[in-house]
Amino acid sequence: MRPFQPGDPIGPLVKPPVTKTQLVMYSGASGDFNPIHTVDEYAKEAGLGGVIAHGMLTMAFVGQMMTDTIGVEGDLRTFGIRFTGMVRPGDIITCEGKVTEIRIEGKKQAVSCEVWASTQNGDKVAIGRAKYTVPLK
Amino acid sequence: MNLSQFQAFVGVESTPVKNEVEKGAIRKFADAIGDSNPIYRDEEYAKKTRYGKIIAPPTFSRTFDYGELPGFSVKRDGLIHGEQHFEYFRPIYAGEVLYCSTRLADVYEKKGKLGRMIFLVYEQKGTDEEGKTVFIAWSNVIYRAQEGGFRP
Repeated sequence: MRPFQPGDPIGPLVKPPVTKTQLVMYSGASGDFNPIHTVDEYAKEAGLGGVIAHGMLTMAFVGQMMTDTIGVEGDLRTFGIRFTGMVRPGDIITCEGKVTEIRIEGKKQAVSCEVWASTQNGDKVAIGRAKYTVPLK
Repeated sequence: MNLSQFQAFVGVESTPVKNEVEKGAIRKFADAIGDSNPIYRDEEYAKKTRYGKIIAPPTFSRTFDYGELPGFSVKRDGLIHGEQHFEYFRPIYAGEVLYCSTRLADVYEKKGKLGRMIFLVYEQKGTDEEGKTVFIAWSNVIYRAQEGGFRP
């Protein structure tokens, strides 16, 4: 693999449609049992029009894109996300990113990038940054 | 609670809670997010990597118990997760023990689309048995006014 360069795309990672079963699984796996993610009636009463996905599920998708990109030889150093929209069952989330800066740290490349996630309608639901190191070969 | 009531808790920290990192919990988490990476579930594969063990996905630390801020309670229904940040010092390994704590790092008020909102910033930390910091996470949570609660 050639070294990363500024402007390089990261991803895309296109996830299968979010399902209500997935939201139940994520609630169980994460311990976040807020019913706005699992109980439609509750979410409607809260004014959300139905259940919405955990923001952290979307962040986990972006995290998967990062670890897929970095591989087992690299290390994720920082990872930050701002949640900018709601994700609902049926939504197809695409994670993408772009390398913004490269620095050399000894025998490693330290790579900074912008990352984001959007729905099939093009609405951005998460925007953030990450920094990782990978060995220089 | 209003702004000054929240602000009184800035700097308050929980007592660290012992968390055992279970490989089954990592696999369930990876299944839930739909990540089939073998490093989260296949011990034989993991042994051949430089980690030598199953590791946890980047956002897995959210599953830990961080304890409670003494005297502080806020209705979760009124909270919106605005931002999340992580700093990683090394991977989290299956089978290890981490001590996790949370601290209310900051509270501030901002005018937004929905009027005035209170922002709570929690700093969460995981420390290993040698006392070394494994990760630090910051959660930025927006507190929405509830009936009978905070009014701008």
